[in-house]
This record gives sequence, structure tokens and C-alpha cells, in this order.
Amino acid sequence: MTRHHRRVLGWSATALVVAGLAVTAAGCGSSSSSKSGTTTTASNLPTSIGKGEGKLSLIAWEGYTQPDWVKPFEKKTGCKVTAKYAGSSDEMVTLMRQGGGQYDMVSASGDASVRLIRGGDVQPMNPKLIPDFKNFIGALKSPAHNTVDGVHYGISLQWGPNTLLYNTQKVKPAPTSWSVLYNPKYKGQITIPDNAIQIADAALYLSKTQPDLGITDPYELNQKQFDAAVSLLKQQRPLLKKHWALASDEIDLFKNGDASLGASWPYQTNTLEADKVPVKDLIPKEGATGWADTWMLSSKSKHPNCAYMWTKWVSTPKVQAQQAIYFGETPANTKACAVMNQLSAGSCKQYHADAPASYFDSIKFWKTPLADCGNGKTDCIDYNQWQKAWTEITG
Amino acid sequence: MSARTEPAGRPSWAARRRFSSAFWRRPWLKGAALLGLPVGGYLLIYVAALGVLFISAFWSLDPLSGKIVHTWGLGNFRTLWHEHTYWRIAGRTIGIAAAVTVTDVILAFPFAYFMARVASPRLRAVLFVIVLLPLWSSYLARIYAWRLILSNDGALNWSLGGLGLPHQHIAYTNWAMWIVFSYIWLPFMILPIYAALERIPDNFIEASRDLGAKNWTTFRRVVLPLALPGVIAGSIFTFSLTLGDYITPILVGNTQFIGNVVYRNVLGLSYDLPFAAAFAIVPLAVMGIYLVLARRAGAFEAL
Repeated sequence: MTRHHRRVLGWSATALVVAGLAVTAAGCGSSSSSKSGTTTTASNLPTSIGKGEGKLSLIAWEGYTQPDWVKPFEKKTGCKVTAKYAGSSDEMVTLMRQGGGQYDMVSASGDASVRLIRGGDVQPMNPKLIPDFKNFIGALKSPAHNTVDGVHYGISLQWGPNTLLYNTQKVKPAPTSWSVLYNPKYKGQITIPDNAIQIADAALYLSKTQPDLGITDPYELNQKQFDAAVSLLKQQRPLLKKHWALASDEIDLFKNGDASLGASWPYQTNTLEADKVPVKDLIPKEGATGWADTWMLSSKSKHPNCAYMWTKWVSTPKVQAQQAIYFGETPANTKACAVMNQLSAGSCKQYHADAPASYFDSIKFWKTPLADCGNGKTDCIDYNQWQKAWTEITG
Repeated sequence: MSARTEPAGRPSWAARRRFSSAFWRRPWLKGAALLGLPVGGYLLIYVAALGVLFISAFWSLDPLSGKIVHTWGLGNFRTLWHEHTYWRIAGRTIGIAAAVTVTDVILAFPFAYFMARVASPRLRAVLFVIVLLPLWSSYLARIYAWRLILSNDGALNWSLGGLGLPHQHIAYTNWAMWIVFSYIWLPFMILPIYAALERIPDNFIEASRDLGAKNWTTFRRVVLPLALPGVIAGSIFTFSLTLGDYITPILVGNTQFIGNVVYRNVLGLSYDLPFAAAFAIVPLAVMGIYLVLARRAGAFEAL
């Protein structure tokens, strides 16, 4: 090849690159400005469920769309369900925002739901169209994480506590406090979730052990309280075997003897006990954080009737019980207890479906940390800062 | 060509001759015809994606709406520069990538030398299969296997216990990442070194001996310089593959790599793609510097 020919090739290559960039840049520019028109506001909620659109697209936690209850739903309503599993609240929010109306509903936890409401990604729903709504435990009818100024952005589903999990043979005496997770005695045996919301667990612990910090809500922290929680987690960092990202990670850590203490969900305890690993879990004396999930309707949903039918279906005692047992969580519907015991004896008690309201109140449910502290002050640390701090702690 | 097709074929034959003479008169046309499609695809799919990555690194994210703001700025790079955490993560990533590369050179060279210059053809075929076999199984499956080997109640500690040696706590440490990376990328080091060693003509070595060089001198002054391009080619693989990985740190590590931070920002609350792009440029820059140094060292002269 001569120099001239090389130059020709070089120029055509440059032209192609520029053309490629222009195409992609144009794509970026237009996607951010598109918005669909029809959004339900609080004043024009549907008063009846119309004919199904034949399709329903969901973003869900793994295990929330099992064939056991999806298949009968499809048969009954003709709504064909497609589900995409998300691994974290952050992922759910991202998918809802970037999906552009591709998804109709999301099973958001409390720390995602407020972000979705504020971002205008979800629309109000009418609980009167859900017959089982009246059987829900009182605390989950209009919780702050899905109801704003009396407007329901979605219908509650299931809930559960974040527990302290320990190996009964390696941790003696049995722990009663979260303090074991910060105890150098257990260096290299501790595991906690890889999730920025974990800062709230440290704050909850500090609210009891250092009352002079004045922490009343672990999700509403001013700079001083936040710094204390972050510094506690930084001290804890060298004690950790690993931050777990998936429930199965923590199960492996306990099964293989790598961890003997951890922040956990009841699901892991059930799985490990079934595998004959000597573990127990408890809600320590300081209390616990927890999660309460809500089926939320996308503001761009193209299949709202199927979405209402789905919400109605998963609120029925039977489906509530099936899902509670499958996932190891507590149903919102109080009528589910009896069905749970029919399906698996003693499961109602095991998953706290018959627990008194005080049990629910003892749990500090995940919610999105906002600058607005909720008490008139606006000097609280928002979730963006939480994520930055979490990168610092784990990095 | 048969007589039956002759009448129909004549005009197209003339056209074909015009074609080929055009190619003969203008050689660059031949190059363009051959390379047009692959080069075009490469530029559109591969280079353009990198270009967008580079451009978006200078954009920013509106903290309130979570939307990407298409204005130019160095904010992301400023954050990277000033935050101690990102220096630590980048340093760890580069450090482990370098350690893995050195380890793989040390392990791969004798193996490749044996394969290329000592083993019989039959044994060489067996060794080839052994090197390549792991590549046929899933990368994830192999990392999970290491998790089982290194874990507290795993195969390693079980063996150590049997020998009366104390238990090791390697699982979920930087040591575990180093071991697993070295294992996974080893074939990518063995094969280029093997190819380089195999190309050394036997008479070079004979000539060296005839001129009185001892084995070690022959190795140092004849074999090693000729094998160096292979070593550097292998090191580019092991270094860059480690630099860009984020699965192994999740599965066997207890700390983060650059890739993990990128992943978090892509699937995070803020959906901070510009920041992820900015951090993703760090390994690209490191590799760029590495390639320039390798070129200076003369690694590409044999290509």
C-alpha cells in the first residue's frame, strides 16, 4: 500500500467514526426528551377494572413470579405475564426509569418506592379495586413508603425483618445484640449485605448504644449522626469476611464455614436449616430494619387493566400464602395465615403472619433517605450521599 | 466452462475482466473491497462505542432528576482525582493485574518451553488439550470451584488438616483473587509463549552452542530475546483481562475492582453513566501506557 492509499483509507475510517458518533449521539439526545402522555392523577383514578389487554410485564424480586400462581392467573385473565428479575432496589429503579414504558409493574421495596414516586415513574392506584385490601394489616394499608398525602402509589404485598443470623456451634453464648457484628472477637467471621441502606443498620444500633447522638429514625440522619454511623462501619470493615451481594452468597459463606455471624433475611435461615447447618436467627434487642414490598404501577403502563387484575390476584389469601412460604416472608393479608398452615403446618407462626402489631412496629422498614428529615428540618443526608459513603466504606 | 453456458456467460465474462483489470490497475480498490465490511463493522460497533464512552465521561448527571446533562465538564475526573477511595481501588486493580501477569509468566514459561522444545509430538498434543480444556468449561463454574477449594471447610484446608498443618484463611481475600486470576488467565499466557518458542529455528541454538555458549548463556541471549514478543503478547492478555474483570472480585474477593465501581454506577440509584464512563477510561489509559512501553521494548517488531 502506498502512502496515498493509506491516506484514503485513513480518511474514510475517520468519516465512518464521525458518522457513527453522530448517530449514537443523536440517539442519546432524543431518548431523554421522550415522554408518554397519559398519566393517571389522584383525581381520575379508575373506578372499575376494564377488559384485560392480554399482556403484563413485571419487574420483580426473584421468587415473586413463580409458576404456581402465575400460571393460574394467566389462565383466568388471559394476561400473559413476562417477568424480569432485579437483584436490588437500585436496579429496580434504574430499570423502571430506563425501560420507557416497557414494564407495567414493579415489586418495589420501601427504599425504592419513594424514589419512584418522586421521580414520577409510578402512578396512583385505587385500593377500592382490590377486594382483599380491607384484610391487610393496618400498618400496610397506607404506609409512608407507598402513600403520599393519602394517595396510594401501589398496593402492599409482603414484608419481613432483617435478622441477625449466627452459627450456634461457633458463636457462644447466643447473641442478643447487634454488637456482635462490631466485635473484634469475631474478626473474619462476619458478613453483611453489600447495600448502602446498611448504613441504617449501623444507625439503628447507635440509636440505642449512643443515645446522645439523638438518632430517632435510622433513615433520617443529620451530618453528625451519619458520620458516626459511617465511622462505625469503617471500623467494622476489617472484621468482615465479605459483603454479600446475593442471598445465595451468604448461604454459601455459612455452609462452608467462612462466616458464622451475619446480617440476614429469614430466607437464608430457612435454607440453611433445611441443609442441616446449625444456625439460628433473631431480632436483637436493639430492634431490626426490614423491608415491605409494594406492587407499583408504571406511569407509562400500557396494560393497566391486567396490572389491576394481577394486584388483585396476588392479594388473595391463597397467593399471599404461597408466596410467603416460598420466599420466607410475611403476607400483608391477615387471611393468609390459615392458608399458610394448610399448605405447610406451622408456617403462619414461623413467618410471623400471626404476630401482633407490636412486632410490625418494632421493625424500622427500609425507606429512601431524603434531605427532608420529616420533622421540619432539611439537613438530613440524602441517598446519593449514602451511596458515596458506601463506596468509601467498601472500596 | 462448458460450451452450453458459453453464450450466456460471454458478457458477464467481459464484465468480470473489466473488474479484475480495475483491481489490477488500482490495488487500493482490492484492499478496500476486502476490508470494507469488517473495517466498517469494527468502526461502527467497536470504535464508535469506545468513542461514546469517552465523550460521555465528560457529561454529568443532574442530581435531582437523575437525567444525564449533555454539557462538557471535568467534574467526574475531578471526583476521581480527589477521592482517596478511587485511587485505592485503581491501585489495587492495577497491582493485582501486575502480580497476576508476573505469576503467569513464571508459571507459563517453563511449561511452554517444555511443550515447544522438549515434548514429543504425542505428548505435546496431550499438553495442548490440558491447557485448552478449562477454556471449554464456563468461567463462572471454574471460579465457583475455587470458592469450594479455598473456603474454610474446603478442599485446601481439608488437605492441610490431613497433613497436620494449620488451616489457612485464603477465601475472600486479595490472595484468593490473585490465585484465581492467575489460574483463569494462564492459558492466555502459555499459548503465545509457546508460539514464540516454537518459531525459534533449531540451528540458532546449535550455532550458539558451536560458538561456545553454555546452556544458560544460549537461553539468556538467544531463546529469551526471541521469546520476548510472545511473553509480552501474553502479558497484554493477562494484564488487560484482570484489569477489566469484575466477576472474580464479587465471587472470591472481599474488595472492589474498577469494574465493580463501574457496575455499581451503571446499575445504581443515580444511574451515573458519565461517572462510570470516566472511571472506565482509567484501565484504558493504563493499557495505552502499557502498550506504548511494550512497543518501546521492541515487543511488536516481530509482528
